[in-house]
Amino acid sequence: MPKIKLAEKTINIVKEICAKYDNNEGELINVLHNVQAKLGYLPAEVQELIAKELNSSVAKVYGVVTFYSFFTMTPMGEFPISICMGTACYVRGAEQVLDEFKRQLKLEIGKTTEDGKFSISCLRCVGACGLAPVVMVGEKVYGRVSPQQVRKIIAEYQDGCPSS
Amino acid sequence: MSEKINLTINGIPLRVDQNTTILEAAEELSIKIPTLCHHKDLCVAGNCRVCVVEEVGVKKLPAACATPVHEGMEILTNSLKVRNSRKNIIELLLSEHNADCTKCYKNGNCELQTLAAEYKIINQEFIHLPDTKCYTIDEFSPSIIKDDSRCIRCQRCVRTCAEIQGVSALTVGYKGDHMKITTFFEKPIADVVCTNCGQCVNHCPTGALIEKNYIEEVWEAIADPKMHVVVQTAPAVRIGLGEELGFEPGSRVTGKMVSALKRLGFDAVLDTDFTADLTILEEGTELLTRLKKVLVDKDPDTHLPLATSCSPGWIKYIEHMYPEYLQNLSTCKSPQQMFGALVKTYYAKERNIDPANIVSVSIMPCTAKKFEANRPEMHDSGYRDVDFVITTRELAIMIKQAGIEFTHLPEEHYDKIMGDSTGAGVIFGATGGVMEAALRTAYEIVTGREVPFENLNITPVRGMDGVREATIKIENPLPDWSFLDGAELNCAIAHGLVNAKDLMDSIKSGKKSYHFVEVMACPGGCLGGGGQPIPTSPEIRQKRMEAIYAEDMDMPLRKSHDNPEVVHLYESFLEKPNSEKAHHLLHTKYVPRQRF
Ligand code: SF4
Ligand code: SF4
Ligand code: FES
Ligand code: FES
Repeated sequence: MPKIKLAEKTINIVKEICAKYDNNEGELINVLHNVQAKLGYLPAEVQELIAKELNSSVAKVYGVVTFYSFFTMTPMGEFPISICMGTACYVRGAEQVLDEFKRQLKLEIGKTTEDGKFSISCLRCVGACGLAPVVMVGEKVYGRVSPQQVRKIIAEYQDGCPSS
Repeated sequence: MSEKINLTINGIPLRVDQNTTILEAAEELSIKIPTLCHHKDLCVAGNCRVCVVEEVGVKKLPAACATPVHEGMEILTNSLKVRNSRKNIIELLLSEHNADCTKCYKNGNCELQTLAAEYKIINQEFIHLPDTKCYTIDEFSPSIIKDDSRCIRCQRCVRTCAEIQGVSALTVGYKGDHMKITTFFEKPIADVVCTNCGQCVNHCPTGALIEKNYIEEVWEAIADPKMHVVVQTAPAVRIGLGEELGFEPGSRVTGKMVSALKRLGFDAVLDTDFTADLTILEEGTELLTRLKKVLVDKDPDTHLPLATSCSPGWIKYIEHMYPEYLQNLSTCKSPQQMFGALVKTYYAKERNIDPANIVSVSIMPCTAKKFEANRPEMHDSGYRDVDFVITTRELAIMIKQAGIEFTHLPEEHYDKIMGDSTGAGVIFGATGGVMEAALRTAYEIVTGREVPFENLNITPVRGMDGVREATIKIENPLPDWSFLDGAELNCAIAHGLVNAKDLMDSIKSGKKSYHFVEVMACPGGCLGGGGQPIPTSPEIRQKRMEAIYAEDMDMPLRKSHDNPEVVHLYESFLEKPNSEKAHHLLHTKYVPRQRF
């Protein structure tokens, strides 16, 4: 595991969040939640810092991070792909869409492609059930996605920015 | 007065206190309910469910270890329903367990194996999962091996490391099918904050956590005719070993142990208690020197409290957790390492043996001592000071392998040159013992009189409370020590690292200030060490403690400075305590380590 030195700014973000929760070990999950929202993921160095701030053990922090699939230790891709797995999307074939993304990118859920471009995650209902199944790439929403469209969506981002 | 509860177990009525669990109530009737995740030293987890019982009229089977009794409860511990469900649970555990018991180090001393044998789990009903899983075996530590394929995820180790040691090197990672016992980022145990104390090993019911054993290496050394193999035995081994070999907890088997070691073929059977006595002279002198420097010379570079350094688990803990307090540690090596450094210098010279042909073996109640012997600093004799460290348990295995009928052995005495000891040396094996031994000597150096306690028993420092305090008032000192006249020496003792943490935090926050503190990593001190016989419990440790103090009372000499061989060692070799030579051989340095 190569050591990354955390940027001053990152350190401050993490410390602030811990302080917001009174550096209370019992708030670990909330702290992790907030930190991930800010940083996108929870690398080893961030977990160490959190453990230190909360006066907890790194192993405990790691245990919680690995327990909840919501938490991720790998940075999200430049274009994070989120597939809705809510009921409406699910019954309309979200799983096949997900499988197609996984197959095309040769990627597991929660992982990022080697070039750092794409990552895949699942979401619960995003509130656009009328458009089910729904896929989001970054902020952009795609509705009524079929497995056949997956290649096209990926291609949009393949060479740099999407042609919007 | 707490309320009483009436219930029946297997039709037998009984009355117990409120908040008693079904498991405890059954114990009062001498009814055994099998358990796995439950351990008397730890909080209730209730995750294995092997302790299920039936409550008449209730559909779901409660877990006996986690369910308190209530009025009118009717419990069945051996109904058909209970038996079937228990058997199912054991089978399920075995289906994900690498149960090739004949190839397991814990064969014959495994709680899962015992249950499987009791319930005659012969026809495996469930598929065998270990082949489909990719389990890791971590063998990087010189002290401990962790084999996930033998783990039943009872989490005793995780609770031990958190509740008894406050270290939390181990954690439960992932969930469901992927759940495993792991460390930060799944690093080897050797690379994290683990102190090598071995308490997790002592509390693991299976072969998933074991000591790294050096039994074959020791046999090879013994078999080599060129080699002079010297063995030393730590204080707590003599009151623990019997438990592995047919004696009740609390049995004192010193003489039989010495006799067994001679029969195993060691060339000299010597005593770590000898260097325990030596430690007292070195550390006592260090304490008095520091007191003088602080109180008289007002030296800003000298730090109090002085903290004992005999427990290598405690040393590694403070190196990780409180590196800013490393100057407070006594520079004295542990008795094991003092012994090692002397065996290949002083002893070799006295016996006229080439140190290159000496193999030094130590029998320890401790797994951290394996790590300690392996530290790069521990080569002051010009060789590796202690070649092999084996635990009380490993010694018992060797005795059995050699076909020695331990119970029938005669009692024999330690050999000469580093075989003499006093009662002060033996109490090193109990929490508070180093403190007591040091006070017996330091008080006498300062005042010329014996410590003012009946029979030299400094009872305020004894006991099993996690942190204990004592104040010793010094009156009418000898002229050299007049600066200590009327001084009150504040001492504190902690055992189990979770208590050490409390002690250190109270010092760090300025809430407490002491002159001298003793810390032992393991609960009860070495007698509850990670290398001692399994099982362990508060009652067993209590019995071992009584045995230690009885051993002390029976020794003709009770004060370290009276040990004739120690006196001779100074006269003929080291000159005086804390001399340059003593510093070179008997003292050491510490290294700050990453907290995480
Ligand atoms: S390593 Fe041992 S104590 Fe720890 S969970 Fe596994 S079986 Fe239980
Ligand atoms: S040896 Fe001690 S410190 Fe290390 S994991 Fe086991 S209980 Fe924790
Ligand atoms: S279920 Fe997918 S948007 Fe509601
Ligand atoms: S022993 Fe009761 S649930 Fe494990």
